[in-house]
Amino acid sequence: MKLKALIAVPALAVILAATGCGGQAGSSDAKGLTASASDGLTIGIAFDRPGISQKNPDGSFSGFDVDVAKYVATKLGVEESKITWLEAPTPQRENLIQNGQVDYVVAAYTINDARKEKVGFAGPYLTVGQSLLVRQDETAITGPESLTGGKKLCSVTGSTPAQNIKKKYAQDVQLQEYDTNSACVEALKAGAIDAMTTDDVVLAGYAAVNQGKLKVVGKPFTKDSYGIGVKKDDAEGRNKVNDAIEEMIKDGSWAKAFEKNLGASGYEMPTPPSVDRY
Amino acid sequence: MEILTEYGDQLITAFIRTIQLAGLSAVGALVLGTILAAMRVSPVWALRTVATGYVNIVRNTPLTLVVLFASFGLAQQLGVTLVDPNSPTSITDSSFRLAVLAFSTYTATFVCEALRAGVNTVPIGQSEAARSLGLGFTQGLRYIVLPQAFRAVVAPLGSIMIALIKNTTIASVIGVAEASLLMKEVIENTSALIVVGLIFALGFMCLTIPTGAVFGFLSKKLAVRT
Repeated sequence: MKLKALIAVPALAVILAATGCGGQAGSSDAKGLTASASDGLTIGIAFDRPGISQKNPDGSFSGFDVDVAKYVATKLGVEESKITWLEAPTPQRENLIQNGQVDYVVAAYTINDARKEKVGFAGPYLTVGQSLLVRQDETAITGPESLTGGKKLCSVTGSTPAQNIKKKYAQDVQLQEYDTNSACVEALKAGAIDAMTTDDVVLAGYAAVNQGKLKVVGKPFTKDSYGIGVKKDDAEGRNKVNDAIEEMIKDGSWAKAFEKNLGASGYEMPTPPSVDRY
Repeated sequence: MEILTEYGDQLITAFIRTIQLAGLSAVGALVLGTILAAMRVSPVWALRTVATGYVNIVRNTPLTLVVLFASFGLAQQLGVTLVDPNSPTSITDSSFRLAVLAFSTYTATFVCEALRAGVNTVPIGQSEAARSLGLGFTQGLRYIVLPQAFRAVVAPLGSIMIALIKNTTIASVIGVAEASLLMKEVIENTSALIVVGLIFALGFMCLTIPTGAVFGFLSKKLAVRT
């Protein structure tokens, strides 16, 4: 009996911690963003998107999202050394915010109504649209309208871009789903598929690191916005982040960050969006 | 509840895909596993070595890697897509067949090891009797040893089949439209991680619990009584 309890208690603790039900989940439980900023920030980002946010071999992080996150942190009065970066995988972003494991999420996070029920969005800080990435020598695919004749298209398993393709182009193209964007990029380079699709800036990031091999084609065929995810009821924190985004766009750091991270792709810089304080 | 009404049809389609994956892979695994077990107990040194090597390599490779290898290694690098490349559904078919291949080769190693344990439960006198009746090794195995071995390992085979059903969720990494792929879509659309997770967990229990019950029943019914 004693032995059982000895095993059961830590096991339960592990389960609770893993599912995020534990109480001591993060630095900012129950506190607003502004209150928790005094003792450093934990920011959720993606680790595997070149140009957007990527973990470098030396352990540092770079990309447009990272620069936005850093700028906002500075405006909240937190130096770069006090930022803890945490990986925020797509399906877990809402949970990480709700449980307070991160203070905010800057991870190519598309604003939509289902998510607004769970978390608050500051921003948008970037307007994006779904587009196509092809090999440099591809001539047959020039945009979504040329997706005919059973062309092979790749996207991330279950993602919104993949679902869009299933709904709109199911008759014309074949969809290969892989669990990461990088898997699609590899398949594209190997010639197993003809094009990959997701948000244009993400594609631009891949085009930038594969210069001369891959290119973005066509006009975006959807319109979405990336926002910064914060706690739903933290209106004060959201306002501060909104202020920071507006300032970043105004003082030119926004354009500089875009040019630095995504300029090499040849992808045209979009006009900065105006912040939506809903 | 809204999730159930909105995705009800897709849920059923996705779980049918899961059942197809698991069913076909189970057949493949049983056939290949039986051949491997026969090789491992055979008196021929070369067969034993090949089968032992295969089991140890595949059994100790993470399943995700086996599945990814089927898609990236076999299909993309070696061009083994298992379909006519010009067919309008080549990608869907190819992913599905490659996944079945991957699950079969992986699960076969476990079937083989369970069967080998079953072979050990058959008294040595049985194969000696077979030999004295003039049956060769293959005949003895086919008519005397394996039928008894199978009956001894029904219960562990049930566990392997349950594991297989749950393992099919890995097929979504190469884009097979089974249950876990739909789960990723629903989570992306609703952001209701825990509720959606529970619905799919329940769906899988609807498949695995009856499987366990059937194998439990069979194991009692088929047990060799001495």
